[in-house]
Amino acid sequence: MTPGIETLQFEFVGGRPVRSFTTVLVGVVGSGNLEVMLEPGDAPLCRITVQTSARGFGTIWEAVFRDFHERHSLAGVTVSINDMGATPAVVSLRLDQAAAGIE
Amino acid sequence: MSGSIRISFSECSARERIARVFDEHSFTEWLPPAARVMSPHLAQLGVPSAFDDGVAIGSARLDGHTVFVAGQEGEFMGGGVGEVHGAKLVGLFKRALRDRPQAVVLLAESGGVRLHEANAGLIAVSEVMRALLDVRNAGVPVIVLIGGANGCFGGMGLVARCADHVVMSDIGRLAMSGPEVIEASHGVEEFDSRDRALVWRTTGGKHRYLIGDCDQLIDDDVAAFRDAAILGLSMGKPLDLAALEAEHALLARRLQVADSVEGVEGVDSVDSVEGVEGVDCVEGVEGASDAVDLWRRMGIEQAAAVPDMSAAEVRALRRQEEVTR
Repeated sequence: MTPGIETLQFEFVGGRPVRSFTTVLVGVVGSGNLEVMLEPGDAPLCRITVQTSARGFGTIWEAVFRDFHERHSLAGVTVSINDMGATPAVVSLRLDQAAAGIE
Repeated sequence: MSGSIRISFSECSARERIARVFDEHSFTEWLPPAARVMSPHLAQLGVPSAFDDGVAIGSARLDGHTVFVAGQEGEFMGGGVGEVHGAKLVGLFKRALRDRPQAVVLLAESGGVRLHEANAGLIAVSEVMRALLDVRNAGVPVIVLIGGANGCFGGMGLVARCADHVVMSDIGRLAMSGPEVIEASHGVEEFDSRDRALVWRTTGGKHRYLIGDCDQLIDDDVAAFRDAAILGLSMGKPLDLAALEAEHALLARRLQVADSVEGVEGVDSVDSVEGVEGVDCVEGVEGASDAVDLWRRMGIEQAAAVPDMSAAEVRALRRQEEVTR
């Protein structure tokens, strides 16, 4: 496996337009943790970019984001993530925490 | 804020600390995460970066006064100072030199230079010290708050001691070399980095307060840090030759006390000790090189009990000592 950071990108079409909001940042880039930043994006898309030190888990990330999208269906949001090996459960909680920060 | 639940400063993130120590919603951040001013080195090494490179800087109000603020995030690379992280600190101090806020408040939590970008980090730390002293020389006090789990070590330990006013909680730590570094270079017989009690006796807030490296010792409570920072606004110290010579005299006295085996002549605070026979056999402490011995030689009779004391009890000890001096 090649060392280094893996970049993953996902895109969903959201059904719930988000009113203008100021940048939301939750979490910290620490071991088993991650930071999630939400910024206004192009509606109706929810674009996600992940930089992770744990390579090879793309399908799991996709599943976690699909669940997140089913819960919130954000439209017009850009999600940027720096990850240091967070588990799927931690990622889900951070995503929900960030989404709560928009409201 | 009395009556509210005590919130641990140590357990807060850097951003939570800033939000709670300063006036509500008063923080305006410069180079915020969305600006993505990030480390150019970490990604090349395959290490994740942070959007703010581990430090938040900006302006805030403290009890109504405009202050400039920096908060280091200890959870990201141990608060290590990299090129961008350091440049943000330097920029904050340079802006303070131009805009003259009431004070600069540094919420320090750092293991020192970030070894992934060591040369840039080392240069950055020296630039931070220069910029900090320029700010002090212009009459703007610099206050350092230390209470994070990672302590304040290496270059940031030096930076802290360049400030006017240092505030620590009893679980905060301040030193140059960290425990593991000392053990690696001098052996486990010299310093056992896994002995947490030893580590805190040697670098913890109580020790730093008793020997005069820290000006206020408080509980691990964000409200206490806020009160201490407000008090610090009026605690600027002169930055002149007399102040430097006084500091040198203090360090010389400390060495004299530490090196002596018998009572020390000319050191007032030791006169109150009835001999020092008991020093070598302090319960649970071997040898005469422990912080407990130093406290005893300084005239603190209850030295052995200090590690179990509350911050308030330790504050009372220093007041006592100041009276006898």
